[in-house]
Amino acid sequence: MALLAADVLAGIKEIVEEVAGIPAASIELDKNFTDDLEVDSLSMVEVVVACEERFGVKIPDEKVTDLATVGDAVNFIVSAAV
Amino acid sequence: MSQRRVVVTGLGATTPLGGDVASTWAALIAGKSGVRLLTEDWRELLPVHFAARVATEPADQMERVEMRRLDRSEQFALVASREAWKDAGTPDVDKERLGVVIASGIGGVITLLDQFDNLKEKGARGVSPHTVPMLMPNGPAANVGLELQARAGVHTPVSACASGAEAIGYALEMIRSNRADVIVSGGVEAAIHQLPMAGFAAMKALSTRNDAPERASRPYDADRDGFVLGEGGGILILEEYDHAKARGAKIYCELVGQGLSSDGYHIAAPDPDGSGVQRAIKFALKDANLSTKDIVHLNAHATSTPAGDVAEANALRLALGADSDHVAVSATKSMTGHLLGGAGAIESVFIVKALQERLAPPTINIENLDPAVTIDVVRDTPRSLPAGQIAALNDSFGFGGHNVVLAFATL
Repeated sequence: MALLAADVLAGIKEIVEEVAGIPAASIELDKNFTDDLEVDSLSMVEVVVACEERFGVKIPDEKVTDLATVGDAVNFIVSAAV
Repeated sequence: MSQRRVVVTGLGATTPLGGDVASTWAALIAGKSGVRLLTEDWRELLPVHFAARVATEPADQMERVEMRRLDRSEQFALVASREAWKDAGTPDVDKERLGVVIASGIGGVITLLDQFDNLKEKGARGVSPHTVPMLMPNGPAANVGLELQARAGVHTPVSACASGAEAIGYALEMIRSNRADVIVSGGVEAAIHQLPMAGFAAMKALSTRNDAPERASRPYDADRDGFVLGEGGGILILEEYDHAKARGAKIYCELVGQGLSSDGYHIAAPDPDGSGVQRAIKFALKDANLSTKDIVHLNAHATSTPAGDVAEANALRLALGADSDHVAVSATKSMTGHLLGGAGAIESVFIVKALQERLAPPTINIENLDPAVTIDVVRDTPRSLPAGQIAALNDSFGFGGHNVVLAFATL
């Protein structure tokens, strides 16, 4: 099932707010998970697992290191869902 | 060189009687019980339906995002440490001279069991990446150390129900041996969950007085039938005396010594001779350079178990001799329940307050004093302590045969 990038972004905003306490309104595509959003390596695992459950995709561990920004994650999830 | 002296300059607590030291102390002096019926459905699976939960949930004292990465025991440690650090005047300390020694008897057992449930329901992917930092017994100390950037050493002694007292004693030695000038020390416990409760119940260690939970914890009463599980924690800021004086700190009292021993008798039962307890008291007095004449108050371990209370009382009578007639003994677990690794810490907070206020807290729920108990128990209402220089002892014992006695004195 195809996913809309806008829907994925909205979902990631909610997940990051839940995991890291960063207000959803301040989460943009160009934000870096580690540097801008206080998502450390442990919390990134939580974000990944929550994204997998929410969007019904698989995010392999070796891909996680490539997901530096919110935009990277949106692009990967949209492409993986096609 | 004379020995470096150690004083108490800050206190923090979250207990079944209150979310801080002031509210806890007020309820303690008023003789209130913190024991309640549990509201969880699982209580019906157990022979014991009650416990002593903290009076104020950590959710009312910290941010949601911080909480979700912390085991409940770690939450208690941060809440009590923040209060104690503030009470000490948020000292500006060289971080390499700042240490943390906070114990827990069981560690993050609720996290361990919850995550095992996740594993069974959702598979490995469902297990939180925060599981290990949350369940490790050194987690409370480590999180407080991180927050304060303590770099002199962060430690976690484990000796079951003596852990909190052992942590304070370890901190005493860290300052004496010049490893640190200031230590955040104490103990916490968060084990009100069906598995640890079922385990304690299987040992017949817990009271089953389900029809009157507030009357269940009754140290020294002839009809006591076991302890009541409590949760929470207590923190003392310990500081080298000259360091405290130089910054103009409020000084509550001095931690003058500790005595440690082990029973070598049984994994859980107290040695009926109480020889290990007697030795720990003697060592504490010697370490503190005190005699039995100086002791006016004692916070007993007294958990309300049939064997333990009498064994301790006999040991006190033998160790203190005729001087036990002027030692006001308080069994505060009658109100707080038994905080396991937090017990020795909150009871040290109570001793420090007792010396400050010159008031020994009451022991509640004694309807008929066990005739085998021949020490001077403070019953029902608090008792004034004498003026002048006075000293007090805190007894803590743990499964495994660990005995820790701490000695505090007015300056």
